[in-house]
Amino acid sequence: MKESKTFLGVPLARPRVAFFELSSCEGCQLQLLNNEATLLDFLSLMEIVRFREGMKEASDDYEIAFVEGSVTRKDEEERLKGIRKQAKVVVALGSCACFGGVNQLKNRFHDLAWVKKEVYGSSPIDTQEVKPLSAIIQVDLEIYGCPIKKEEVERIVTLLVLGEEIHHPQYPVCMECKARENICLFDLGEPCLGPVTRGGCDAWCPSNRMGCWGCRGPAPEANLDQLQIIMAERGISREQMLDRLECFGGFAGYLASQDGMNGKEGTKEE
Amino acid sequence: MLFKVFPVCELNHLFAVLQSERIVGPVKKGEDQHGRSLYDFDLVRDFADLHLDYSQTIHSAKKYFLPYRENLCTFTFEDGDWQKEVDYGGSAPLVFFGLHSCDINALNKLDKVLLGGRYPNSFYAKKRANVFIVGHSCTPQPFCFCKSMGTDSAIHGFDLFLTRLDEIYFAEVLSARAFHLLENIDCHEPDSVEHRRYLEAIAIRESMFVAHVDTSDLTKILDLEFQAPVWLEWGKRCLSCGTCAQVCPTCYCYGVEEHVDMDLAHGRKEKMLYSCNLLDFASVAGGHNFRPESHTRLKYRYYHKHRGFVEAFEEPLCVGCGRCGQSCLARITVPEVIASVRAGKE
Repeated sequence: MKESKTFLGVPLARPRVAFFELSSCEGCQLQLLNNEATLLDFLSLMEIVRFREGMKEASDDYEIAFVEGSVTRKDEEERLKGIRKQAKVVVALGSCACFGGVNQLKNRFHDLAWVKKEVYGSSPIDTQEVKPLSAIIQVDLEIYGCPIKKEEVERIVTLLVLGEEIHHPQYPVCMECKARENICLFDLGEPCLGPVTRGGCDAWCPSNRMGCWGCRGPAPEANLDQLQIIMAERGISREQMLDRLECFGGFAGYLASQDGMNGKEGTKEE
Repeated sequence: MLFKVFPVCELNHLFAVLQSERIVGPVKKGEDQHGRSLYDFDLVRDFADLHLDYSQTIHSAKKYFLPYRENLCTFTFEDGDWQKEVDYGGSAPLVFFGLHSCDINALNKLDKVLLGGRYPNSFYAKKRANVFIVGHSCTPQPFCFCKSMGTDSAIHGFDLFLTRLDEIYFAEVLSARAFHLLENIDCHEPDSVEHRRYLEAIAIRESMFVAHVDTSDLTKILDLEFQAPVWLEWGKRCLSCGTCAQVCPTCYCYGVEEHVDMDLAHGRKEKMLYSCNLLDFASVAGGHNFRPESHTRLKYRYYHKHRGFVEAFEEPLCVGCGRCGQSCLARITVPEVIASVRAGKE
């Protein structure tokens, strides 16, 4: 049943939308249910045919697929390819889907067999190197963040329904952090990836006195060489900086380009 | 100019009289890791929260006239048609208590651009109209170069300017409203001793400036050094983060975005203060970016402030407050950049 909506007299189709989760905490999907004040408007824009966090029914007839999570198993690869076949638009939802997210931290170990043994002990599961969606299929749109910001999803979904172009902010987190007039975390002696991380989160973490960990990945112009100097000048170790850059996977490209910087950690045998 | 003198203890009475309106002033917002106080402008309800001995605020008072984000108009969509509503904002009077000369001069410069041109900015004008400004003397900080920019003292753009001389305030009275305001407190005309004390205080302050910018022939030098390699060096350091513009009291550039609400019944056109240092500042329709490299963007900011604006208004679009250099994590400061360009460093 497709209720018709109109905008400026022009009828708009309510797209059939499905939500999927690969390896993830499903926190991004829960974010979508969090803002009760706008939930009904949000739901009225689309026809949701699959959303495990909010409904029992599940249909495979959809036009837009929001996929949360990273690919960590062979069967997830197959599932993702199936979603790509069906959906006109595939949206990577959240840092795991966009960059591998926290899950990709395991990639830094050479010996995945050892990782599996450490984590799962005597009940191992099928697991492989963590990949973002874009390593397996073509992704049409990325929504960054760990978790995603509901307001941003609402803006993007509205644009999708209206058929408008979608632009992400090009500036780093500092821009919005300054607009909120926060005390710079570097002035407090704390590390922050705000100067190199893509904005659009309204400086969510720095506004709560927590330095940015780069969950939205690098800004299109991210001066990481200068960031390293900034950290060093303030007595923040290279290790601390690398920990942050590695955390969500968005900076994997930069880390790989650094000689000897991304040296995978050796396997500790005990 | 009319001068008055009153004891420092009278100041809270002045504050109390003005308190029938909202008062904005310097407040302490925290301390940095070395225990140094950090200040910003905010609404002040209690006289005790007013820190008139502040060194410098992190951000300027610009946001009260040019908010970081502001709706230029809102729309209502109904029956296939639409209505547009415009609210210029800023109808409530506002008192600024304790602006330094640099920030008063910054407003004067913004006035020239936003009120003086052929198309005055109604949003700015509305907010600017109903303000009462009490200036306050300052202690030059190591990063202040207002003297080089000719903005170390304000000759207009305030109602009352207070210079602290130990136990008294030496007040410059510029508006009728300020004159009548002073009738509420115990003050008198300065005598010759107080005149001398005021002049001595000015001379002491003059001697305290550390940072300088040589502005002689600067517009020409900037033209000659347009291709100077030193710009590349500064560009390498620049984070393209927009912090300098956000804290700057005179940066007024902006971007505009349109938003449709999820109910599809309302929309708005939103203005957001932007920075010429941001990657997409000079991106145009069709996808071309006129300044894709960071050194070209950084250079553009300097050329606007110290060349283009000087040619148009015979003064730079910089008041030497030093905020951009203080907030820049890459430690890019105006005195250093201009000195390096002047030196024609290779």
